[in-house]
Amino acid sequence: MTPDGHLPDAEAALDAMVERMRGAVAHDAALVGIYSGGAWIAERLAARLPGAHPLGFIDVSYYRDDYALSGLKPNTRRTALPFDVSGASIVLVDDVLYTGRSVRAAINELFDFGRPERIELAVLVDRGGRELPIEATYTGVRLAVARDRSIVLSRDSGGALSLCVEPAGVVG
Amino acid sequence: MTRNPQLTANGELTHLLTLEGLPAAIVTHILDTAEPFVSIAEREVKKVPLLRGKAMFNLFFENSTRTRTTFEIAAKRLSADVINLNIGASSTTKGETLLDTVDNLCAMNADLFVVRHSQSGAPHLIAAHLTAKGRSHVHVVNAGDGRHAHPTQGLLDLYTIRHYKKDFRALTVAIVGDVLHSRVARSLIHGLTTMQVPRVRVIAPRTLLPTKVESLGVEVFNDMREGLSGCDVIVMLRLQNERMKGALLPSAGEYFKHYGLTGDKLALARPDAIVMHPGPMNRGVEIESPVADGARSVILPQVTFGIAVRMAVLSIVSAN
Repeated sequence: MTPDGHLPDAEAALDAMVERMRGAVAHDAALVGIYSGGAWIAERLAARLPGAHPLGFIDVSYYRDDYALSGLKPNTRRTALPFDVSGASIVLVDDVLYTGRSVRAAINELFDFGRPERIELAVLVDRGGRELPIEATYTGVRLAVARDRSIVLSRDSGGALSLCVEPAGVVG
Repeated sequence: MTRNPQLTANGELTHLLTLEGLPAAIVTHILDTAEPFVSIAEREVKKVPLLRGKAMFNLFFENSTRTRTTFEIAAKRLSADVINLNIGASSTTKGETLLDTVDNLCAMNADLFVVRHSQSGAPHLIAAHLTAKGRSHVHVVNAGDGRHAHPTQGLLDLYTIRHYKKDFRALTVAIVGDVLHSRVARSLIHGLTTMQVPRVRVIAPRTLLPTKVESLGVEVFNDMREGLSGCDVIVMLRLQNERMKGALLPSAGEYFKHYGLTGDKLALARPDAIVMHPGPMNRGVEIESPVADGARSVILPQVTFGIAVRMAVLSIVSAN
């Protein structure tokens, strides 16, 4: 949480991401959003970053390490990577980086589509608490949040993003 | 009331034995789960690691190359290990009972049994036995038992219908042919009524209909032209050649004349009607080639969807 106890503005965090990625991300790098929050951010980044970025979406449900504990989640989506993954420069995009398990699953899934030249990671929020040796290449904002809380990204009908804190249900 | 043996105490699917009495929410969950599995076949690596390390035994006490193969492909796309047992040629011929076979395979750490048996109820018996032995982590999927049920075929038929027609609640579906001996027909009828399809018709000669078939909630037609009128979906059943030997039917030619699907009969259905068949088909007996290979036929997509539906069933029961 920020010192005043409020969550930062998601749109401001997105602006910070764009600033850090501009000039650093390859002009033809594919942006791959992890459903669902990461997909919204990837769409926004594709519109704002210079260059031509192929857009893909990934649902990591089949690659998660907690299937044996909690089964398949309802509403699994199709992973869609409409570009050749082999040799591609890819930026994985997620809303909240926490344990690192979703990113591990996403990297495994990407390799089942081909051998990328490079994978970077861009996240809107890094809340610490890693359980795997994974770090973001580009971060919008860093936050400290209690373990029994989740940070949830929402998108309103106009497309504006916002963050809120909820009691933890799912490990992110 | 006794609990539905295919559900856990929490109402989750742990075995798939029949579509009869299966709640609509579970059917919908299976169909929804199958949808993203369809695209896995398009990947460079046609696999996801969901059932990695699980051992699935195909226990086929009756031959069926297609069903066994599609279960095998489904399990392999989920990264499970698949063991095919040709039971006819092994232990049972030496006198081992069904449940002894199951116990032996459990001792080899089986996680899933896919069972095809000529006796109705064999998969139920195995599921009940596993429960009695405290093996709730082992799951059973019925791949066809006697005349009783073939639930994954019923589910893939439902998936195909939903794929092409979107909404179940405005459809007229006709099932044509040997309903009497068909577990495919029985499973599909239960599935369609569960999903609130308002008009389910069966079209067949009286000798190929079960008595009191109307009690399943279907309309009966003995005249095919009358029955096809206004249909959105036509499901042709395979005419098993052995039926010809009994007194049920005069000849294949005679059957085709009255109950074979031809272009002119298909013209009586709605212009966007789809034609389905569970396979294997007898061309020139229940369906003519121009229809089977025509623009309205979705017989091959059924096979493709069948793999995704079986992946969904295997991954759902394994987690419960």
